[in-house]
Formats: sequence, C-alpha cells, structure tokens
Amino acid sequence: MSATAARDRPQPILIMHQVRGGYGDADILQGVSLTVMPQEIVVIVGPNGAGKSTAMKAVFGLVRIRSGAIVFDGEDITGWSPDRIVRRGISYVPQVDNVFREMTVHENLEMGAFLAKGDLSAAFDRIYALFPDLKAKRHALAGDLSGGQRQMVAIGRALMLEPQLLLLDEPTAGLSPKYMQQIFQICRDVRDSGVSILLVEQHAKQALAFCDRGYVLATGANRHEGSGRELLENPEIAQMFLGG
Amino acid sequence: MMEFLNFYVVPGIVTGSIYALGAIGITLIFGILRFGHFAHGDLATSGAYLALGATALLGLTPWAALPVAMLLTALLAYGIHRLFYRHLESRPKILTVIASLGIGMMLRSVVQVVWGVDPLAYGSGIARAQAFGPLMLRPREIATLALTLALVATLLAFLRYSKWGKAMRAMSDNPDLARLCGVDNDGVTRLTWFIVGALAAASGFCLGINTELTTMMGWSAMLSMFAAAVLGGVGRVEGAVVGGLVIGLAEELSVLVVPSPYKSATAFVILLAILLLRPQGIFKGKVL
Ligand SMILES: Nc1ncnc2c1ncn2[C@@H]1O[C@H](COP(=O)(O)OP(=O)(O)OP(=O)(O)O)[C@@H](O)[C@H]1O
Ligand SMILES: [Mg+2]
Repeated sequence: MSATAARDRPQPILIMHQVRGGYGDADILQGVSLTVMPQEIVVIVGPNGAGKSTAMKAVFGLVRIRSGAIVFDGEDITGWSPDRIVRRGISYVPQVDNVFREMTVHENLEMGAFLAKGDLSAAFDRIYALFPDLKAKRHALAGDLSGGQRQMVAIGRALMLEPQLLLLDEPTAGLSPKYMQQIFQICRDVRDSGVSILLVEQHAKQALAFCDRGYVLATGANRHEGSGRELLENPEIAQMFLGG
Repeated sequence: MMEFLNFYVVPGIVTGSIYALGAIGITLIFGILRFGHFAHGDLATSGAYLALGATALLGLTPWAALPVAMLLTALLAYGIHRLFYRHLESRPKILTVIASLGIGMMLRSVVQVVWGVDPLAYGSGIARAQAFGPLMLRPREIATLALTLALVATLLAFLRYSKWGKAMRAMSDNPDLARLCGVDNDGVTRLTWFIVGALAAASGFCLGINTELTTMMGWSAMLSMFAAAVLGGVGRVEGAVVGGLVIGLAEELSVLVVPSPYKSATAFVILLAILLLRPQGIFKGKVL
C-alpha cells in the first residue's frame, strides 16, 4: 500500500476500542469495540439490557470507563466530561426524557445551542428547514407534541451546534411505521449534510435495512458486525431477534 | 359592600402578596433543587430583621433599607447553601429537608439573641389610609403591592428571556438534559439561592411593615406559603403568585364564616384539599 493511499483513506470519526465499564462496581460493557466512518450511519441492535444505551453513554462521558479507549476525530476523549464532548463536536439524544417538556419547541432548540455564542438565526433556519413541522409548532410546549414530533425536537436540539457525530438512542421507539420512516429519512438527510450518526435501534429489521453498517451487541459485548445486508442475511441474527 | 372590600379584600390581597413572595422562593427550590425548604419562613424573618438593622445602623428609611436587606439575605441564603445544603446534594433529599428545619431554628435563634423576643416595628406613626374612590389604601399597602408586582414581573421576564433564566427553567424541567446541553447546574443552584434569598427578604419585610416584627413571624407564615406554592403548582412561579393571593384572601375572608382563631387553619385546609383533589396544582406543576 502506498503512502498516499494510506493518507487518502478516510480516518474513522469515532473509534471505541475494547471499552469496559458501567455504573457501579459491576461492568455492564465487557469490551465493546466499534468504529464510525465520516458520513456513515451505524446502527447498534441487540436484545433488551444488552448494554446498547450504556455503550452510547460511554461515548458521551456518562459512564465510568474502566479500560479501553474512545477516540473521536483523532483525539482520545476517554474520560472527558459531557460538556467538553459537546464542545468537541458530539451530540447525544437520550432514549427517554429527551426534551424539555415545559419549554417551547423554539426554546428547546435554543437550549441545544446553550454553549454557543452570538447569533443563532442561521442555526434555527437550518433546523426548521430540516423539520418543517417544527417551524409551525415552534411556540408549542414540547410536552404537548406527539411522540414523533417530540423526537424531532430532540434531534433538532442535538443538531443546533452542528456536531460532527450524532448519537441517537432509539429515536423511533413507540412511533408508528410512518413516523419511523420519516425519522430514518431525516437521518439520511443529516448524514448527507456531512454528519456521522451512531444510533441504537429496537426495530432491528428496518434499521439494518436502512443503515450503512451495523453491530449486534449482546451481554455487553460485540457479537456481529457488518453491512446492514450482511447482518440481515445472517441466520443466527435472524433467529436472535428478527423473528426468523 | 365597601366595608367588605376595605376590611377583607384589601388586607387579603396584601397578605396574599406577602405569601406570594415567599411561595415563589419555595416553589423555585422545589422545582430546581427538589426539596421542601423549611427554613424559608425564618429566612424571611432574617431579611425583615436585617432591614431593621440597616435602618438603625445606616440611618436609612425602612424602604431604603429593603434593598440592603435583600442583598444581605441573598448572601445569607447562598452561605447556607455553601455551608450546609451543598454537602447533602448527593444524599437522599429528606436529609436536606430535615437539615433545613434545623437551619430555620438556628436563624430564628440568632434573631432572638440579637434583637430580643419582643415585637418590634420599623417606625412609629400611624399611616393614614387614603381614599381611592371607594377603596381605602394605606401607603405601605400600595407599596407592598407595587413591590410585589415589580419583583414578579422582573422575575418572570428574567426566566422567560434571559439565558440564565432559561437555564433555571431547563434545570427545573429536566436536570440531566440540561447538563447534556452544557448548563452549569452548580451555577444555576447558586443563582437560585441568591434570587430566593432576596425574595424571602422582601416577603419578610412586607410582613413586618404591614404588621410588626416578631421572631416567629416567618415560621408562622410558612405554612400559608407552602400551601400557596402547592396550590399554584410546584415549580410554577405564576402559580405561586396566584396561590399566594388565593390563600391570603381565603384567610381574611374565612373570618366571615369561622371564628378568627381558625384563620390560620384555612391554609392548612386548602393544602389538604389540593393534595387530595388536584396534587399538580392550578398550573400543572410537579406532582409531589
Ligand atoms: N443508570 C443505571 N444504573 C445502574 N445500572 C444501569 C443503569 N442503566 C442501565 N443499567 C443496567 O445496565 C444494563 C444495560 O442497560 P442498557 O440500558 O445499556 O441496555 P439497552 O441495551 O439499552 O436496553 P434497552 O433495549 O432496554 O434500552 C442493564 O442490566 C441495566 O439494568
Ligand atoms: Mg437502551
């Protein structure tokens, strides 16, 4: 391999290397490794309690990491505080309670840019262009919106600071198929605008069909990885939770 | 009819404003820091006596002493947080609640030691009521209402439009998400104590200037303030204001139907009723 080829090959935006860690004394993550390339949608699937959310929180500095490393955009961010990670270019949408219910849609987006200084109007325009539904609802309280619209507020909030990497924890949980496809389409649009996405999904079949690459997590460790298609065609995985 | 307005409604609204100023502090602490602050009445008492101290030491008129007292009480509230409550932050909230009862006792005792246990007043002289059409209002009553209105309007505008005000609402709404957005939750906590202390002083001062200063004044008023906060909806500033006015009016009007010694039981009855019937309060606050 020539030197130029090595330089031209894109570097991963995110590398999790053999990460072990958890909340208390016991480790939930038993060595999770994954990479996300620039402008890629990577999905994590796995049974309930597999540690999917925990893996995502580990990237965002919300979990005690015992060993392993997390490298973002060439920089080791293991052990950084969440607000430092936000500033560095990662945004995170939690699985639950991911909006400020008693604040308006507009204020929710504003909170997403809490760390930004100066004029936000360009950022608002960008988000409202991505979510036209939200523009009409911008003075409504987030708590009064439908589940799908609330997810859009949460994603919009996370995109306010123009992150390089977006972490989404089950953005389609509890949504109708129509909304699910809409959220997936938004993910594609966001990716095409230059953002990498790591997302956890409960709807394994649909998510694997739409992602660029996927990981199957079980009991705190990687079980399988590959393109969405490869994983879908793997009989072992199909048996695991795709219901055949 | 005029008698009804001037003897019941006007005093009810004045008392209600005083409760509102106290209840706002209680509701902010409930909403943002998530505990019931039982030193709140005595914080108000401290503010009232600090204003008295400022009139004596600095030769200020009572109303000129009020800003001084508000500032000192803000610092006092912040100091109490730094010295006591902050160390209990990661422990179960009930510990902070109990600690606040102790802090209240401590504040009351200090006031008793410094100023004695006999009732005091900011100034002598009888304020004559002026007629406004059929209404008879004393200057101190007008000033109390104007002050309450100004403080509430300022606070609501601050919470609605300023960056730190939004951060306070965000932390009250969803503290974990606020942290994810980069809100400095410790900073918000400090700011909350400053605001709460200043408002408590205003409440205690207005109580003192409309009645008299006693070392028990804040402690006795606190039940009504809690009732106002719960009635309005925990965490809701507008709710605390409405709740304060309702409780104040209800207490004054209760004299029409029950003997006046039961006046202070009115707030208790309303508190019980609201907890049973609509625990989220008028303005849909947090359910306790
Ligand atoms: N805050 C926490 N404190 C302690 N343990 C936790 C905490 N959150 C999760 N756990 C534990 O960690 C394990 C993995 O949880 P995690 O939420 O990562 O699973 P998940 O794969 O996201 O599951 P789900 O599909 O239900 O969202 C579970 O056993 C859970 O009980
Ligand atoms: Mg999860």
